[in-house]
Amino acid sequence: MTTTPAAPPSRLEPEPVSRRDLLGWSALGTAIVALVLAVFGAARLPRAAVVRAPSRKFKVSLPEALLPGEAYLPPGRSAALYRDAEGGVYAISRVCTHLGCLVNTEADGFHCPCHGSRFAPDGAVVKGPAPQGLPWFEVARVGPDTYLVDESKTVPAGTKAVA
Amino acid sequence: MNQATSQNPAPPARPPALRRFFHDLAAVPQRLRASMLRGGAPTSDRTRSSFVFGNLFLHLHSVRVHRWTLRWATTWGLGIMATSGFFLTLATGILLMFYYKPYPAVAYDSIKDIHFVVPTGQFIRNIHRWAAQLMVVAVFLHMARVFYTAAYRAPREYNWVIGMALLVVTLGLSFTGYLLPWDQLAYWAITIGANIAQSPREITDAVGLTPYFDPGGLQRFLLLGSDEIGEEALIRFYLLHVMILPLALAMLLGVHFWRIRKDGGMARPADADARLGPTEPRTYPVFREAPQKTYQLAAIVRGRTAAVGDGPENTLPAMPHLFYGELGVFMLVVALCLALSLVSDAPLKELANPAVPENPAKAPWYFLGLQELVSYSALMGGIGIPTIVVIGLLLIPYLDRETEGTGEWFGGPGGLPLVLASAAFGLAAVIAVEAFAIRFGWIREWFPGAPQLLITFVNPGTVLTAIYALYSVHLVRRFDSTRAGALGLFTCFLCGFVVLTIVGTYFRGPSWEFYWSPSQWPVH
Repeated sequence: MTTTPAAPPSRLEPEPVSRRDLLGWSALGTAIVALVLAVFGAARLPRAAVVRAPSRKFKVSLPEALLPGEAYLPPGRSAALYRDAEGGVYAISRVCTHLGCLVNTEADGFHCPCHGSRFAPDGAVVKGPAPQGLPWFEVARVGPDTYLVDESKTVPAGTKAVA
Repeated sequence: MNQATSQNPAPPARPPALRRFFHDLAAVPQRLRASMLRGGAPTSDRTRSSFVFGNLFLHLHSVRVHRWTLRWATTWGLGIMATSGFFLTLATGILLMFYYKPYPAVAYDSIKDIHFVVPTGQFIRNIHRWAAQLMVVAVFLHMARVFYTAAYRAPREYNWVIGMALLVVTLGLSFTGYLLPWDQLAYWAITIGANIAQSPREITDAVGLTPYFDPGGLQRFLLLGSDEIGEEALIRFYLLHVMILPLALAMLLGVHFWRIRKDGGMARPADADARLGPTEPRTYPVFREAPQKTYQLAAIVRGRTAAVGDGPENTLPAMPHLFYGELGVFMLVVALCLALSLVSDAPLKELANPAVPENPAKAPWYFLGLQELVSYSALMGGIGIPTIVVIGLLLIPYLDRETEGTGEWFGGPGGLPLVLASAAFGLAAVIAVEAFAIRFGWIREWFPGAPQLLITFVNPGTVLTAIYALYSVHLVRRFDSTRAGALGLFTCFLCGFVVLTIVGTYFRGPSWEFYWSPSQWPVH
């Protein structure tokens, strides 16, 4: 029997990865992948799958004596409700679009106590740092002078529920 | 110690066991002290050294400090003052945690309990609050000291970076701290803080990107843990205040102290030794008392000249010269906090009321400058300009590679006259911009249809920042020196910060309107 001399490693026949190296590299790779996945998985922790959120819909009856342009503030809610001269009812958010303070209703519109934003009676910004006007909320008439306000749905300014 | 001399060949008779026991018992205090100190009482240079390097906490300091460091005018003890404030808040904070309950329904009542039911509770809370305020003041002054003495320069750049992190963490601790009582201040500060975190929406809303990419909303949610402000938000801020931020602060503080030693002590002028005058006799010879044998100490010391006849670099042992000074500053801070706590109570407003914000709703004084900026634009005032300032401060030591004036007050080209001129310019600019905005309003009032992006990027705050930046560029060119520009810019921002804080504190009334005095506020 003749033995052929061991051929030098060539590009066409590269030296195979030794079994030990293969195992080692696979172990390291697996560990890194597992770590990355674990970190990504744990990064979901600060955001609970179910978040408590109180219902933002509420029913309200406006007082008989409410004058056109006079604000009615339902207790515990962040909307201001108005009845216009024709009896149309509309709701404007009182949450300042700047940094979330509750604006005060004044004769000339809304004033924010925190950073001085001013809004016109229809919610448009007239002064200050607020980037947008106050949104209008969806209002639906559900009974004689009873209205359903949905603070999670905004409507274009000027949308009113007709009596 | 009187012990039998070894001349006597016969060993002395051992005393009875019970006598030995009582003798050992009587010796316990002295032996405990000896075992604690290891090297013995710090009476010689050698034992003073081992007093420092044999102690886990003290060895953050170097064993010997340069005489320049020990001058009051070098540091005014401001860093130790801030550290003392931290230790005081730590101790009192742990005591407050015995009674404070981080839950919206009971948080306010637990603070009231601390005030009215817990013996010394109000006093402890007062100290906590005053130490925190003192810490904020000391941190600002400490930063100004390091800046004006050009002590941030190589090789101390990285310690300046650590210092900036400490400043941010300190302000974070203050902010999270006043959220916890769940009073009106707390509730509306959380509202405003969370919405500042959300303010990147100013841009994403303006370009219609928010439904797809909303980093602002994500930040707000991460802070609040919910879409509403409630129990999740309070527990998160509590966790930040009592665990995450203090731990971060303690670790950074350790690195900060250690780096002082590693970076070669306090910055000092190249000719500090000459200026200090003749070497004091107590700086030399070192290790005079101890060894009877002859040693030769070969040390490699960084320096430009051979230090011959000066003692090691004109230094004194840290024990007692440095430590007694530090202890003195600490005692001063403690005394100040106790005195202030006796005469002034930490405030507690009405219970948080989500339906009615206060009018005006003001942050604590150190955030009122920021509140003034935020009243022009949430994004630029609350995030943009502070980020620009912090990045600018971080870059200073890497851009100022000069050597003139290191370790000297107002050192560098221009010196004190430049600082005074910059202060005048900075004050004039901030007062002019504020007066203009208060008198004539801003873009929105002139052109109601102006796009929001224009107001976000062009508002009194950004205009002021730009004026200061241009002034600084002018100084760099005039003095042909980065340091001169930095001196001007830092001074300007300091003046701007002070004036904005004063305006926010004294001249803003209901609906954040300008009033010359609270007596002119409308009665509501």
